[in-house]
Amino acid sequence: MKAIDNFRRNLNTEDDTRAFGLEIAEALEPGDVVALIGDLGTGKTALTKYIAEGLGVTEEINSPTFTIVKEYRSGRLPLYHFDVYRLGSGEELLDIGAEEMLDGDGVCVIEWADIVADVLPDDAAAIQLEYGENEGERIAEFL
Amino acid sequence: MKDGRFLTLGIETSCDETAASVVADGRFVMSNVISSQIDIHTAYGGVVPEIASRKHLERINDVIGKAMADAGVSASDIDLIGVTYGPGLVGALLIGVAAAKAMAYACDIPLVGVNHMHGHIAANYLEHNDLEPPFMALIVSGGHTEIVNVPEYNKCEKLGGTRDDAAGEAFDKVARVIGLGYPGGPKIDRAAKEGDAESIAFKRVYLEHGSLDFSFSGLKTQALNYLNQERQAGREINVNNVAASFQEAVVEVIADKAVMAAEKYRQKRIVMAGGVASNSRLRALIEEKAGARDIDVLKPSPVLCTDNGAMIASAAFYAYRAGAEPDLELDAVPGLEF
Repeated sequence: MKAIDNFRRNLNTEDDTRAFGLEIAEALEPGDVVALIGDLGTGKTALTKYIAEGLGVTEEINSPTFTIVKEYRSGRLPLYHFDVYRLGSGEELLDIGAEEMLDGDGVCVIEWADIVADVLPDDAAAIQLEYGENEGERIAEFL
Repeated sequence: MKDGRFLTLGIETSCDETAASVVADGRFVMSNVISSQIDIHTAYGGVVPEIASRKHLERINDVIGKAMADAGVSASDIDLIGVTYGPGLVGALLIGVAAAKAMAYACDIPLVGVNHMHGHIAANYLEHNDLEPPFMALIVSGGHTEIVNVPEYNKCEKLGGTRDDAAGEAFDKVARVIGLGYPGGPKIDRAAKEGDAESIAFKRVYLEHGSLDFSFSGLKTQALNYLNQERQAGREINVNNVAASFQEAVVEVIADKAVMAAEKYRQKRIVMAGGVASNSRLRALIEEKAGARDIDVLKPSPVLCTDNGAMIASAAFYAYRAGAEPDLELDAVPGLEF
């Protein structure tokens, strides 16, 4: 991943989230892993949508909870969008064949990444999303 | 063939259920065996792929054997095998596809791959024997919320879908945070009956004017915000009221959009499919709204709403009849689109 300012972001509006997503997308290189950590409703899927937009993905990005991972190939790099909410451990992630994707030609964005932290590469970009002070506000922090 | 009837064996392993069924002439269910893993998943609050694959593997042969025994047929009577090849969990899909290929090869039976979503629609051909396209289909499940125009057999035009969470997924997630557990849909349905759907004003999300797409992520956030706010204020949360109000906000939008789609395409029938089609409030509301516009609503019985092999057999039958090429090289496609 190319250098990105890793200060804490206040995402007060949807536009802020979009700008952050586009900024991440700009920095992504093949083999990168973005690990998103945050409670239900903190905007993990929303941020992923904007990362996808930044990569030039034209398909609709929706929640991959049902199939754990969805693959998009219309952008600058292949995007593997994971939602590991239903998994119990990193081992289960490997069981579904994620190794190839983690170590592949594209980029992985993983929601609920804390669940599978033990099998993610050390250089994964971990981003924590939290609720801000007011409704609709979020805070993003690089870990 | 048996007694002059064309027999299709349908196999389904895309998610929770290991299922197989024998269907005659695409319409008549001779057997329908479903081995559910829901008990196992309950402990984990969702579908765990590794467990899903392992359990499918343990059960698939018995389930297929029982489907044929229940129907009173043997492999030599089977004219066609249909199997779900997507969308679903890759490890789970592979078990069904491999079993189907092995049997097709060993017994020299044509094999066609079936899109799981086409299967859900075909469930209605089994329930309503005189149903024929055209109609408007509404598929609502744990992984999908889709409005599909069906002008003829095997032709499905997706008109709208979810932009974030599926309806069933939203039910599961909210059920989890209010402590109702998995599976969220039936639990919320039950709790909602004891609650007041107007007690909490969750905003309905209709998106742009005329859009047939859905968005449930914001509604999920609204529910979370409400729970946080009540907890911070030290007020006790009435789970039944949250369930009822949340459910109403989900099903009202679904019902409105399904009816809007039917009107726009001048369809006189809405055909419901998928697990969430069993939701009692959704059924009632869509009938009310459609009925006011002279649109009929058809829905399969709950056993055919859930994932099953019979619907896959029916879809396979119509695909084969329409000229689908048998394919022994079939592979699982987890992200299969419509």
